[in-house]
Amino acid sequence: MQIIPLFVAIPLGVAFFIPMVARKRPRVADTLANLTTLALFLMAISVIGKNGVYWMGGWGPFKHVPLGINLVLDGVSVFMLITIALISFLVTIYSIQYMDKFTAKARFYALFLLMLAGMNGVALTGDLFNLYVFLEIASIASYALVAFGCEHEELEASFKYLVLGSVGSTLILFGVAITYAMTGNLNMAQVSSIIGGELKPIHLFVVALFISGFGLKAALIPFHAWLPDAHPSAPAPISAMLSGVLIKTIGVYAMARVMFNVIGITPLTSYVLMVLGTVSMVVGVLLAMGQDDIKRFLAYSSISQVGYVVLAVGIGTRFAIAAGLFHLINHAVFKSLLFLNSGAIEYATGTRDLNKMGRLREKMPVTSTTSFIGSMAIAGIPPFSGFWSKLFIIIAAVQAERYGFAAWAAGVSVLTLAAFMRLQRRAFFGERHEAYDSAKEVPGTMQASMVGLAILCIVMGFLWLPQARETFLIPAAKVLQEGLNYASNILGM
Amino acid sequence: MADKGMTPIVKTITGWVKGFIMLFGIYIVLYGHLTPGGGFAGGVILAMVFVLLTLAYGREEALRRFRIGVASELDSIGALMFLVIAILGIAGTLGGKFFTNYIAKANPGTPFELFSAGIIPLCNIAIALKVASSLFLVFILLVLMRVIHDPREKA
Amino acid sequence: MLYALCFLLFMVGLYGVLVKRNLIKIIISLIIMESAVNVFIVMVGYRKDGIAPILNKTMQHQELVQRAVDPVPQALVLTAIVIGLGVTAMTIAIAMRLYERFGTYDIQEIKRLKG
Repeated sequence: MQIIPLFVAIPLGVAFFIPMVARKRPRVADTLANLTTLALFLMAISVIGKNGVYWMGGWGPFKHVPLGINLVLDGVSVFMLITIALISFLVTIYSIQYMDKFTAKARFYALFLLMLAGMNGVALTGDLFNLYVFLEIASIASYALVAFGCEHEELEASFKYLVLGSVGSTLILFGVAITYAMTGNLNMAQVSSIIGGELKPIHLFVVALFISGFGLKAALIPFHAWLPDAHPSAPAPISAMLSGVLIKTIGVYAMARVMFNVIGITPLTSYVLMVLGTVSMVVGVLLAMGQDDIKRFLAYSSISQVGYVVLAVGIGTRFAIAAGLFHLINHAVFKSLLFLNSGAIEYATGTRDLNKMGRLREKMPVTSTTSFIGSMAIAGIPPFSGFWSKLFIIIAAVQAERYGFAAWAAGVSVLTLAAFMRLQRRAFFGERHEAYDSAKEVPGTMQASMVGLAILCIVMGFLWLPQARETFLIPAAKVLQEGLNYASNILGM
Repeated sequence: MADKGMTPIVKTITGWVKGFIMLFGIYIVLYGHLTPGGGFAGGVILAMVFVLLTLAYGREEALRRFRIGVASELDSIGALMFLVIAILGIAGTLGGKFFTNYIAKANPGTPFELFSAGIIPLCNIAIALKVASSLFLVFILLVLMRVIHDPREKA
Repeated sequence: MLYALCFLLFMVGLYGVLVKRNLIKIIISLIIMESAVNVFIVMVGYRKDGIAPILNKTMQHQELVQRAVDPVPQALVLTAIVIGLGVTAMTIAIAMRLYERFGTYDIQEIKRLKG
């Protein structure tokens, strides 16, 4: 399994290589970045269904006690790697022409790949402190990317994001430190075998620290203040990455991994997660309804959709976790698509204000069609992917006899539909406004990337077919649901 | 030149000690595997030489000796060097794992000798390059970032 | 008991982040929070009358293991400090840019974004 460390090493290496060779040659930077993300995607495809533990430097466990840092490839890691690689590949294709209006393209790709390395690291790592380090790599790169335009709003949003993000990281570090003080170990497997699922008061304190820290990173509702500013301010490809992948990797995935596999899930934590998820789901969509800025609208809707994932993961049965992960990858696809659409509108008309749009369907057929598909998918209309994942989340909630949560999930789905119908009507149908005259269809690579994501929105529903489900979703859900068995799998006890 | 930087006393002393500080930094880097210190600490000391130059002689003098372009290249080279050292560990016969200490495996030196710890001194050198240049960059870029206009002054 | 002091320091930093209006004071509060956690991690590895975890020629391995303080937290703190340095540099750069654009460090006057 020599391929495991390369998931982190390749983007990291290229991130430092690009500014050296391509500072003045943006096409070289384009080529290198796209080749890297393509390679990562192929590598992620090649590890489907494989498991492995990689001990860095050959420092394997000694009498079942881990000595070194390890990377773990299991169902959930593979799942996250594929999500990250898929979205980042399509986003870099989109960036080729979208980022031409910015000057420092090499730096953009360097930061982008740095963020990618951080996220891949978070998905793979088997060590708590290492998790914190990779999380900070991804976060710092994303702070810089949010401020990339260096205008008033971008700087303000980035500062807000930076302060709240740092508070979140510090809370996580505090949690890691207390874990080390309790167990004398940082390896996730070893820590989980020591804690062993029984919660003393100090463990509850750690759980609280981790939930608030990762909650800040995932922008769950009481901790969401930075997201509606930060995500719209970034360039569109970065908004797509932040909303589509980053909050899920360093927020939801990391939280689920720590809660399920390291500390062990209890009814209390599970209930807290469900409540947080439901509150995010409801409040997010209500806040989204009132927005006039198209990217702000999408950002609030991200909060709502991440709420679905957290709710499903919180329910904690294997079926529910699989449905939640299914919704996670679906949301990554359609939210990236919608953000890229909003970027295309901004590229063509120079505005993000819904009041100034209208009838863009006639001028921008590709953008409007793909955006329609994306909206229908996120709203949960039957043939599209979002319908299936939401349906299975609701079914899972009913099976677990959580009828109230199921009702909320169904209700929010209706509200989402209403919100996105409003978006469609005001942007692509309805009356024409000033943006109409200047609008024209966006260049080729941007179209290609949007069409690719739209096709994925349609075919992603097939992921739930038994064959695909058994190789992809169920192994991922199994790892989380089996909880503390994680330790014995890693250490070979 | 006279109006740039600090007083002649500071300039003279800086001229005397800068070489020694640099030597001390290099010593910390090279003996990092034997004594306290290592790539990070040594790199910080190396960066401080240039920070000292900036403070004593003004930023033009420091930038003449260590240009931003060069610092930025060294920054990338340091990181890439570290990564290459780590990836070489994968190469089959030498050990087969990322970050394997392949030199120490093939040729274990006596402890407490300068050439003994395999790839660790090489890693220290790479880290020192990275830390020295990026810390200097952080410092000098914050110094160079001038407030271009102050809206309140105009009003 | 000393652990509680760390927690108190952490709370002081958190209070500063939440309440202060000046960008520079917010940055200082962030640094206080980070330092509180770093001090906590170092204290976790402390051992009374411990020696530095460095092996020298005259010492046996056993003796080192029995007497030295835990070196892992020190490595963690070093890493955390480096990360903190990066974050702080980034924050200060953004704060300077904000001052350049808005001409003020007061967070109440920097309000282009709603809600």
